[in-house]
Amino acid sequence: MGGTAVISGGGTLTNRQGLLLACGQHLPEYQLRYETYGTLNEARNNALLICHALTGTHHVAGYYENDEKPGWWDNFVGPGKPIDTDIFYVVGVNNIGGCNGSTGPTSINPQTKQPYGPDFPPLRIRDWVQSQHWLMQQLNIPYWAAVVGGSMGGMQAMRWCVDYPDTIKNCVTIASAPNLTAQNIAFNELARQAITKDPAFADGQFMIQGNLPENGLALARMIGHVTYLSGDTMNKKFGRELQKGSFEVGQASDILFQVESYLRYQGQGFSQRFDANAYILLTKVLDYFDLSRDFNGALEQAFQSCDARHLVVSFNTDWRFSPSRSQEIVKALIKAKKNVSYTNIESAYGHDAFLLPNPRYETAVREFLRGTLI
Amino acid sequence: MTKYRNDLRVVSQWITPNSTLLDLGCGRGELMQSLRDNANVWSMGIEIEHDAINHCIKQGLNVIDQDLNLGLSQFDTQSFDTVVMAQTLQAVTAPDETLKEMLRIGKQCIVTIPNFGHWRPRLHLSIKGKMPVSKYMPFEWYNTPNIHFCTVRDFEILCQQLGYTILDRHYLTESGSSHSSITTKIWPNLFTETAIYRITK
Repeated sequence: MGGTAVISGGGTLTNRQGLLLACGQHLPEYQLRYETYGTLNEARNNALLICHALTGTHHVAGYYENDEKPGWWDNFVGPGKPIDTDIFYVVGVNNIGGCNGSTGPTSINPQTKQPYGPDFPPLRIRDWVQSQHWLMQQLNIPYWAAVVGGSMGGMQAMRWCVDYPDTIKNCVTIASAPNLTAQNIAFNELARQAITKDPAFADGQFMIQGNLPENGLALARMIGHVTYLSGDTMNKKFGRELQKGSFEVGQASDILFQVESYLRYQGQGFSQRFDANAYILLTKVLDYFDLSRDFNGALEQAFQSCDARHLVVSFNTDWRFSPSRSQEIVKALIKAKKNVSYTNIESAYGHDAFLLPNPRYETAVREFLRGTLI
Repeated sequence: MTKYRNDLRVVSQWITPNSTLLDLGCGRGELMQSLRDNANVWSMGIEIEHDAINHCIKQGLNVIDQDLNLGLSQFDTQSFDTVVMAQTLQAVTAPDETLKEMLRIGKQCIVTIPNFGHWRPRLHLSIKGKMPVSKYMPFEWYNTPNIHFCTVRDFEILCQQLGYTILDRHYLTESGSSHSSITTKIWPNLFTETAIYRITK
């Protein structure tokens, strides 16, 4: 349902003042890549920020010339879609520390004239929110009608409530969590180990050496990918089907299951388009996030000073960010006496479900957002 | 606007303007919406049916997707002025436990129950020898969500046993009138279709 989003603007903005980071370091200057859909109305009350997940980008929807694939959330963003670009001025932004246009480990450090590489300062979610707030001002937006994010994007949306409570009217947190579980951190550590143990990684100096830790990065992505799917989805999609070989008695051919082939393909593709230092850095941003840390563990206090309306969404087969984690957020919002709605959507697709079409999910987001302009 | 149920009309009268309300099994949010629009009541609903949840979201109401049987521990003690449960108590696994939780959370509680002691189900059972199926209870015994039917007398005994005070009661007949009739006043357990109670500790 709905039409294809038209990219209405975007580009790269440079902040020369830099950013004082949560870690105490000062990022001397940075660039932010962003993209917009729809138009900012005269009252300037229809701006909606979409925060991306781990490896997402500013390119949320619509097509670039000659591209076969649209932006990463094209299912949801466009005219007549749940995030309706006929109503909202939608802004997508690439977070710093990544490798898709905004300043990150592959950028040149103005002080050393060399790529930052592994020396890019550690980031936290709040650093991103601070840079997004600067972008908001640059775009002449007084406040967001809504900040919307799935997974790690949901963490940013919640952080907006803590850091800029007066500039967010509605907060949509999808398949997210107030912090990572030990199991989540463990998977991230496996991914990081896969990268750093690849000899081509060379302590993160692979760029200078003209090398790529392809194997390590591919393995890291494969690990991540397994956690984004449900066991049922994998069984339905691949079962025990073979890509290559046979179990016939008397044959000793090499066996390749379809699921192995699929993961290798995903891993290889990713290793060509993503920076290994950025992947390590971003997984650490995830690990470090804990919305209640500044509030002695009392999550409800994090939301106390913000009067935004909340929609919290989870998916029943998501085991990476399980429904119980979303329910923790809901519980805190109830304790804080905030306006909140919560829905746990049935889907077979695990964590990935937040990106995929699903009528109930789409309706919940659409109807909630419709209420934001009233 | 959808047809506003008669039991909800009575419930509304017992809720003070500008107060807070928790509606357990809120359905499509008719009560919450009416009280928000007419009495500035801030409310939150609990519901399990997805289309009903999306309808509440559409109306701009707060609704939480949750199975009531999994407990209400996320709600603080005495955190709402009123906790309502309309036509739902008979469908939970442990009505007495749910009732206790309601009275922990709410300063007052309003419960509406279908009365199984009404003459029609009694007649149905005694003559046909089968579990009553009617327009209002259209389920067979094996697929009904209503697993804990009770009578007016049963419910009032339970309140007494738990030490709760019934502040108000209202007996509705099938005619849909929201005024108690003479017959329900004299023989409430026989002529009440829906009983509505306002309870406190």
